[in-house]
Formats: sequence, structure tokens, C-alpha cells
Amino acid sequence: MTRHRWRNLVNEVMFGLTAACALAAVCLLFWILGFLLWNGGKSLNLAFFTHLPKPPGEIGGGMANAIVGSLQIVLIASLIGIPIGFLGGIYLAEFGSGPFPFFVRYTADLLNGVPSIVMGLFAYAIVVRPMHQFSALAGGVALSVILIPTTIRTTEQFLRAVPQTLREGALALGANKWKTIATVVVPAAVRGVATGMILGVARIAGESAPLLFTSFGNDYWSRSLNQPTSALPLMIYKYAISPYADWHRQAWAAGLVLLAVMLLLNISARLVLSPGAPRN
Amino acid sequence: MMGTLQNSTAAGPPATNPGASAPGRVEPKLKISRLDFFYGAFKALHGVELEIAANRITALIGPSGCGKSTFLRVLNRMHETVRGARVTGEVLLDNEDALAMDVSRLRRRVGMVFQKPNPFPKSIFDNVAYGLRVNGTRNNARLKEAVEHSLRRAALWEEVKDKLHKSAYDLSGGQQQRLCIARGLAVDPEVLLLDEPSSALDPIATAKIEELVFHLKDNCTIVIVTHNMQQAARIADETGFFLLGKLIEFDKTETIFKNPSKKETEDYITGRFG
Repeated sequence: MTRHRWRNLVNEVMFGLTAACALAAVCLLFWILGFLLWNGGKSLNLAFFTHLPKPPGEIGGGMANAIVGSLQIVLIASLIGIPIGFLGGIYLAEFGSGPFPFFVRYTADLLNGVPSIVMGLFAYAIVVRPMHQFSALAGGVALSVILIPTTIRTTEQFLRAVPQTLREGALALGANKWKTIATVVVPAAVRGVATGMILGVARIAGESAPLLFTSFGNDYWSRSLNQPTSALPLMIYKYAISPYADWHRQAWAAGLVLLAVMLLLNISARLVLSPGAPRN
Repeated sequence: MMGTLQNSTAAGPPATNPGASAPGRVEPKLKISRLDFFYGAFKALHGVELEIAANRITALIGPSGCGKSTFLRVLNRMHETVRGARVTGEVLLDNEDALAMDVSRLRRRVGMVFQKPNPFPKSIFDNVAYGLRVNGTRNNARLKEAVEHSLRRAALWEEVKDKLHKSAYDLSGGQQQRLCIARGLAVDPEVLLLDEPSSALDPIATAKIEELVFHLKDNCTIVIVTHNMQQAARIADETGFFLLGKLIEFDKTETIFKNPSKKETEDYITGRFG
């Protein structure tokens, strides 16, 4: 075999290999999606959204409390995580040179890689133990710790992408640094920053591990943020490992609802970022 | 308005600064002495001495990297955005120490237009109103009036008056640059610094900018850095030639171009280098 033909052969084999792996990845994705749609679709009904869970053995009921609980927990996490991440990101992008910002950046990247269940442990230690109570608040704190590093880094990235000439333009008109950031830099980057936040929120909305020993879950309406609160990912975990067929059905439905929420958040992120979106 | 007031004082008798000028001579708008400039350890400007007269157009020419833009940026202290930049010497704006005064106040009095048009991602109106708003003007009628006035001065009003609330990014490059000039004029600066304002534009847009700059000097002192010697010859009253961080020669534009006293200037003008 000549060297030339050998090279061509390697070329084609490698092309075939990469294409096959890409195909496998896509197939896997659609397999999961199809599975969820099929099983979740036939289990989903109005009661799922409006009713409380029924005791084991009784057929029916829903996850209304978990849906509301998820919303509460994610909202708490966003209220804590987004402002801290956003302002921290501004600091890194606009004031960020020297050893301290380097340290913050490094820590944020490190936190990004920490398994989410560790964040749950952390929230357990600083919120659940002192309050002697599982709560939505503790769940929110656990998820916010996951949200902060991603928000910091995406905010920083998008602010850095704003051309220096815009900052100079504002400074040359007598604006001080903070005015320049607030009225020119952030507005210029707002779509990217918002997209990063939406994707971050989408990620934490699907987390179950950090909630296991923070918000804990329950089968009724929580009367306050200080009480154990259910969430969709928790219900999936609890129902999927149960021995009851009707609970399995509802776990599929919860999976489908979570997937739909993710999809919705992802699509809205794309819309925010798309060049067709209205400019300010 | 403020500009005219300042100018009338500048044209009056020079009483406040004994020894600085001979009797009967007009006080300079900007007086720069012994100016050295460093980027870290690198010395970019060496002992620049220069007096810039009010209501004139002063052009600064020289090859790339000669320090002319650096010098311009010192005049409203834009160099402070660069880490490691350091300046020594004196810059006087109407006999006030420009290097010591509040930097926002200095930049309101000494505006700047950059090489590439840099409109904000906002509407045309909001771009022009920006400087007034950050300086505290909230009155809508007052803003409207100032926006129209500035756009007229920048010879852009007729082209944009029907789309003031459209994005500034919808304008052409030349229009964007005139918008940036209008934005600078809106805060009524006494001095306007232009850093190669037409180098990114086509000849027609350039001609418009030149014409407009020429008319601005009635109310404003103009300092323009340009790569284009014809541009300096066309519009400037005085011209300074920079080479390797030194101001080689400064004189009436005609003298610089027709009868320069330094050999380096002549070599540059006649295209022997640069």
C-alpha cells in the first residue's frame, strides 16, 4: 500500500469514527427525550398540577406542592445568587486586575467544579443545623451557592466583551467609572448577561442532590419558608425508587415537566441572545 | 454659552499670570510645560512645551508612534485609564491646573472624539443627551433643545431629525462619527480634542467632518491629531510636528508646510520618511 493511499484510508476511518460518535450522542439524546415524552406524556394529567400527593396505595393525586416548592426554592436561590454573582462579575470585569481578583476568579472556577451534593452539605451545616429545621430557605441557599460562580463568570465574560472604546466615550463626557459601568457597559452587555443568568437558573432548577437534606420535601403545602418543602427533582427521586407503579407513572410526569421548564428557559435564553431581539 | 464667556475672558488683558506672557498677547487656552510621559519604564513624551490658542484649530502631525495621540489624551487625562501611565509637568487650562482638578470636571470642559466612531448602543437622542444626563440634567425640554442644538452644530440634524429614537447603530460610519461629535458638543466643552477623527471614514464623510470642525472653532478650541497632512493643511491654524516623543516644531500651519525651520519637519512633510 502506498503512503498516499494509507493516508487517505486513515482520513476516511477517522471521519467515519467521529461521525459515528456524533450520531451515537444524538441518538442517545433523542432516546432519552423520546422515553420521557412517551412515559411522561401518558402519565401527565390535570391532577398532576392541581392535587397534593396521595398516600402509597391510593391511585391518583399530583405534585402541586412540589411545583410551587420548586418555584419558591429557585426564587430564593435567584434572589441570593444573581445579585451576588452579578455584582461580583462587574468587579472582576471592571476592577479586576491584581492578586485578589485572580483569587476570586480561581475560587469561582473551583466552586463550579464542586459536586452539587457538597453544596447541600454546606447549606445543611450553615442553615439547617442552626435552625433545627429543613426548609425551603436552606434549599434556596444550597442552590444559590451553585448559581453564584456561574453567574460571576458569565457576567464577567460578557462585560469584558464590551469594547473599551465605549467606556472611553462615556469617561470622556465626564461620567465617572460607576456611571460608565451602570449606563453604558452593563446595558451594552445586558443580553449576554441575562442569558447566562437564565441558563444558570435552568441548571439549578433541575438539581436534586443539594435539596435532599436541605429542603427535604413533604407531601402537603408548606405553610412557610421555614418548613420542609418539596421540589420536583426531589419527588422524582422519591417516586422513582418507590415500589408503586402509580408513583413511577408520576415520576415520569415530573421528569417531563422539568424537561419542559428547561426547554422553555433555554429557548428564552436563545431569544434574548438572538440578533433579532430589539436593541435598546 | 460657557465657551463664549470663557473666550471673552481669554481675549481680555492677561492680568492673572505675571510673567507668563508679554503685554498685549492673548492668553493661551491650554498651556503645556515640561511635559514628560511614561508607560511604565518607557518614556513616550519628552519635555513637551506648547501653548494652544483659544478658538483656533491646532493640528498635531507626525509618524505612527510619535506620541501625538498620547499627548492629546493627556489633555483630558484619558491616559489615566491605562495602567502604568504616568505624567509629569504642567498642563494649564485657563491658568487652572488640569492635572490636579476633578477629572470629571476637566473632561466636561475638554471633550474628546475618538478615532473610530464609538456611539453607545442607545438611541440617537440618548447618545447626544448622555453627557447632559450624567451631569445631572433631567429636564426633558432642556434636553430636547440641547440635543437639537448639538446635532445642528455637528451638521447631522437634517439627516436624523425624523429618527431620533432609532438606534445609533443604524447610522453610517460618517454619521456615527458626527453623532459622536454632537455628543461631545452637547456638554458645551471649551476644548474639543479629536484623535484622527476621519481615519476610519471615506473621503466624502471626511470632507463633511472637516467642514464641520472648521465651523466649530467659533465657539470652541480644537486640537486635532491627524495622519493626513493634507487635512492639517486644509483646516488647521497652527500645526505641531511630533517625532519620537518630542515636539519638534510648532508654528502657523502655512509656515510648517511651506517653510519649516527644522530639517526633520521638512523631511516628514516632503515624504522622505514616516
